[in-house]
Amino acid sequence: MSTENVAAPGFGSDTGDRGRRFLRSLMSTGTIFVLLLILWVWITILNPTFAEPGPFLAYLKRSAPLVILAAGAYFVLVSGNFDLSVGSLVTVIVVVAARLIDGDPSNTWPVIILLLLIGVVVGFVNGFISTVLRVPSFITTLGMLLILNGAVFLWTGGAPRGALADNFRSIGRQGINGIPWIEQLPWSVILLFVIGGASVLLMRSDFGRQLIATGDNERAARLSGVRVDRVRIMAFVLSGTLAAVAGILLAGFGGVSAQVGQGLEFDAITACVLGGVVLGGGRGSVVAAMAGALTLEALFTWLNLQGISGALEDTVQGVIIIAAVSFASYRLRGAR
Amino acid sequence: MTWRRLAGPFALLACCATVAACGTTDDSSSGDKATGGEATPAATEAKKSNTGEQSEFFVQADYDKQLAQRSVTPEGDASKPWTQMIEPEMVSTEKFKSKKSSGWNVCFSNAASDNPWRQNGLITMKAEAENTKEIAKFTVVDAEAKDDKQISDIEAMTSGGKCDAIIIAPNTTATLTPAVEAACKSDIPVLVFDRGVTTDCPVTFIHPIGGYAFGADAAEFLRDNVKEGGKILALRILPGVDVLETRWSGAKGIFDEAGLNVVGVEFTDGDAAKTKSIVSDYIQREGSLDGVWMDAGATAVAAIEAFEDAGQDVPPITGEDQNDFLTKWKDSKLTAIAPTYSNFQWRTAVIAAVKVLKGEEVPKEWVLPQPKITQDNLDQYVKPNMPPLYYALCGCEDLPGFPQKWGGK
Repeated sequence: MSTENVAAPGFGSDTGDRGRRFLRSLMSTGTIFVLLLILWVWITILNPTFAEPGPFLAYLKRSAPLVILAAGAYFVLVSGNFDLSVGSLVTVIVVVAARLIDGDPSNTWPVIILLLLIGVVVGFVNGFISTVLRVPSFITTLGMLLILNGAVFLWTGGAPRGALADNFRSIGRQGINGIPWIEQLPWSVILLFVIGGASVLLMRSDFGRQLIATGDNERAARLSGVRVDRVRIMAFVLSGTLAAVAGILLAGFGGVSAQVGQGLEFDAITACVLGGVVLGGGRGSVVAAMAGALTLEALFTWLNLQGISGALEDTVQGVIIIAAVSFASYRLRGAR
Repeated sequence: MTWRRLAGPFALLACCATVAACGTTDDSSSGDKATGGEATPAATEAKKSNTGEQSEFFVQADYDKQLAQRSVTPEGDASKPWTQMIEPEMVSTEKFKSKKSSGWNVCFSNAASDNPWRQNGLITMKAEAENTKEIAKFTVVDAEAKDDKQISDIEAMTSGGKCDAIIIAPNTTATLTPAVEAACKSDIPVLVFDRGVTTDCPVTFIHPIGGYAFGADAAEFLRDNVKEGGKILALRILPGVDVLETRWSGAKGIFDEAGLNVVGVEFTDGDAAKTKSIVSDYIQREGSLDGVWMDAGATAVAAIEAFEDAGQDVPPITGEDQNDFLTKWKDSKLTAIAPTYSNFQWRTAVIAAVKVLKGEEVPKEWVLPQPKITQDNLDQYVKPNMPPLYYALCGCEDLPGFPQKWGGK
């Protein structure tokens, strides 16, 4: 387990017993890994092929966009904010990509750079308005969600135009072929691990500690010299950029659609909450948040295997959010 | 404080209860569907019907009527299917004849424009209105899929006194019926198209044959092209919407009659990524699939890609007249069929309004033909220059502004 889980209690008192700290961190975020394991085992019992390398990689590949979004949502949540605009940002990315690439493979790389820039800019605007202009991030990003939705609709008339080139789509669709035993290692899975690893390193750096400190106690962080606004804007930029990456993967996986991003912001927040990230900031680990996303996808697979789908899926998701938050707040109170 | 200590376990308990409840519902009500879960696929064959309960929207008489109407030759010019009619009963519209010979304001209350089928239709409709010299103004009000908004939209149209004719595409059947009835009481002619209402007060109701015929066309194709005992996956958008329920009922009738092995009926929410995941799951679970039935074509390409990515041949599949599906069908030489929900009905609505305002006869129920695209006529419908979600049966190709207005080049 990573040490950032307990960064708040451990702030400045790192003389404590390392072993006990490790155990405590496992206790505070370990639940999600147990839950994830239970779900994997259960799915394997229902459908034994799930544990084979091919199907399991397919599951990871399908989960990659949500895991990446969850990492983005984690940065914002842990700094004490919300980002509700990522779902519509994903839609924007997919629709813009289709229109600009227009089936021409030579456009792919310039467009990818542009898409990432869009993510950065949207994240920066969210962050700037939420911090410097002091608009609550809930309102800022809700507004951004509506703006982006409306913009997509205006620009496309609701039906996306253009087409994605095959080399653009291969990022979310294909992988490295010819690897023994697993046959194909999807690009999305590689990207998933790279982003996962980078996020962990980032959270262990000074920036990560400042981010958690800001979410935990803004005043204390400010007084101890953290540039609170800058750190928070950075979190939004990360969230926007990762949403752009997720959008590129989703476009590759599923193709052009104007509905692709619907509800993703809530899936990402649910994943974080499942992973034990406390809304309001200051607590939670990025690994657990990503595990939360994997759990959510596993849960969807499980529901599908049970023959439950559609509306009930939303209901289950709602119950989980409430249950997870009640459980977390119970645990926090219990610790006092 | 005791209750606080209890809160945590209680939350956990609630969570477990929900999960357990999901499991139980599944076991009791749809045991036949759940076989995909723990049992091996072979066990499915033991069941009599594996397509689930009949929908509450099912009406046997309508089913029989629609299936029969498919083989009726429509009256009118076959090169303009949007003006054709099936078994029309003409009624006089003399009392609605406009005093003005032109300069009409035709108003349209649209349920929503939230899917490509509706967007494509609306473009055609506006182009037809623009192309009709008698229509000076064509006013569109979008209800954004909200019943209450559409009710007030219609009220505003009837009381505003500015509309010479009102076209309504109702959002839902039951809730909009009183609003349409109220509109009929004004002197303004009311025309309904697309989804229906349960009153016959409008001057005419324009619609293609219907959902049962759509579903049955697709299911019959699979019956004829999938080997005996072959595994069929049925993909639907949502439960509980009448126009979609009838499509499934139509297919279910054919599947049950032929005793086909439907290994799953799943809901995709019309989402391409979800569709692809579901199909991939079934390919893994079943090893392979021998046929895919879909109640709408917007995600058909995603389903096809699931087979491609799994390195399998694409089995016989049904879609709709979206350009991306037709292009894929042609390029990959698939075995496929595309039943359609005649997108050209949007154009017919304007034509009917003009007829009514001129005092010409219209059918009380204007049933339009509902062509299907098969291997034989595929080539004439594939349009390489049109966008992926363009509907081949828009009936818009002779309108001014084609193809740019529809996103083509």
